Amino acid sequence: MVRGSARRRWLSTAGFYALAALFMLPTVFVFYWMLTLSLKPQIEATAYPPSFVRFSVTLAGYREVFTKYPFFLYTWNSLVVATGCTLLGLAVGLPAAYSIARWRQQQLAVIILVARIIPGIAYLIPWYIFFRSLRMVDTYGALILTHLIVGLPIIIWVMISFFEDVPADLADAALIDGCSHLGVFWRIALPLVKPGVVATGILSFVFSWNNFLFSVILAGRTTRTLPIAVYNMISYEEINWGTLAAAATLITLPVLLVALLAQRHIVTGLTFGAVKQ
Amino acid sequence: MLLVAVIIVYPIAYTGWMSLQEWFASSLTRPRFIGLANYGKILLGDARFREAVARTIWFTVVAVAAETLLGVAMALLFNREFWGRGLLRTLAILPMVATPTAIALVFVMMYHPTLGVANYLVSVVGLSPFRWTYSSQTALYALALVDVWQWTPLIMLITLAGLASLPREPYEAAHLDGASPRQAFWHITLPLLRPALVVAILFRAIDALKTFDIIFVMTQGGPANATETINLLLFNQAFSYFNMGYASSMAVALFALVMGASLILIKVRRSTTW
Repeated sequence: MVRGSARRRWLSTAGFYALAALFMLPTVFVFYWMLTLSLKPQIEATAYPPSFVRFSVTLAGYREVFTKYPFFLYTWNSLVVATGCTLLGLAVGLPAAYSIARWRQQQLAVIILVARIIPGIAYLIPWYIFFRSLRMVDTYGALILTHLIVGLPIIIWVMISFFEDVPADLADAALIDGCSHLGVFWRIALPLVKPGVVATGILSFVFSWNNFLFSVILAGRTTRTLPIAVYNMISYEEINWGTLAAAATLITLPVLLVALLAQRHIVTGLTFGAVKQ
Repeated sequence: MLLVAVIIVYPIAYTGWMSLQEWFASSLTRPRFIGLANYGKILLGDARFREAVARTIWFTVVAVAAETLLGVAMALLFNREFWGRGLLRTLAILPMVATPTAIALVFVMMYHPTLGVANYLVSVVGLSPFRWTYSSQTALYALALVDVWQWTPLIMLITLAGLASLPREPYEAAHLDGASPRQAFWHITLPLLRPALVVAILFRAIDALKTFDIIFVMTQGGPANATETINLLLFNQAFSYFNMGYASSMAVALFALVMGASLILIKVRRSTTW
């Protein structure tokens, strides 16, 4: 009897892990396939039936990405834009979120939410006309400003809930002791919400890094970011799968690594603060 | 006091900046310039736009429905203590943050009709090969599958968080009253989960309606316009034909669609949480 129930428990555990593996398999497989394709020589990358485990490893794809294309320039562009967008977003978004949380400006919060709902392409047309008339197409400034529209609402929205958790008594006590509002923000509120700042900063960086729609129109020859560069590789070059997969791996690897470092907070940001972790 | 003003001015300036953007967008379609002719055209005259609207909605419904079913199923499965929970969450996050362009590229290679691994896997299971994004019959579903791959984990994570916050008492009461686990699921878990689920579906619906990257990279709206959603049609009108006014009116229409979907879902949420 006892042995029977132990066995049943073992079976149900095994069944659970089998099901879990089945559900997670597609997630793992796509990344695995991307990585292995990038390491395969061309003949094996397009072999049919494909080889899953045994294949010869080559770095030719990666070498080609860097020698045939100015990939360092594209990486630098992506870094500049994503970093600029994140820093500017935090500089504007943190005080905004603080004041919305502290003085309960609900209407402003709703506007941020609407900014999240508006399709990006609805901004793109006016921006394109605007930046073209200023001759700012193909500048970092235009890219950073446009990417803000993706990052800023997330920074503000998520940080509102972080700032709301800062006890108001603490701020009031500091004010009575002669601290200014800016001082309260800088010396008391900000240190308390440091985890939130890190999380939203990372998310803003990731979204800017991944952005395709704004960059495809507003980035030119000199400021082209990685997603656009990789997209152009499919449209104009003869398709070499090893090279394509290497490029895909290179652009998505940094965000995956960054995401792993801050995974606890990323869920909060992705769900726009709908779920408090 | 000056500093208070500064802190308050920031969001107001931001608001002004935002409204400026909206004003720019609508200035192109302002009656003084173009009149409502564009709207008349897209609503009445343009069959291609109507098809794009239907396609956008269908893509969203298919993708979000699949994500919800799978996501809730996975959340129910994973809602327990087990070895490897952290690993599960890590794996769930990766598709969501991965660069869509890169993912689209990998799927392009996997979907290749003769050399792709997708058809190989299909043949291993014993089905006849598909033409994925290369056939106008399957292309939209092939794209929806990419969306499902990327975003099912989001629904799962939100549902898991919802499950974690459920109270224990109703279950104990139901158990005492002799309810089966299935009855408990339909009559307790699902109603209590509804707010969290609606939030999850809301986020997914908003973003699925706006899907651009993967469609643009993988099919560009083809084959034979089979995957031309509003976003794609609008993008081509604006940046291939530079038909800005017309494209702007579509942008407003797309916004109305997303807004409408959001309002409906918010209303559903209100009505179920009293």
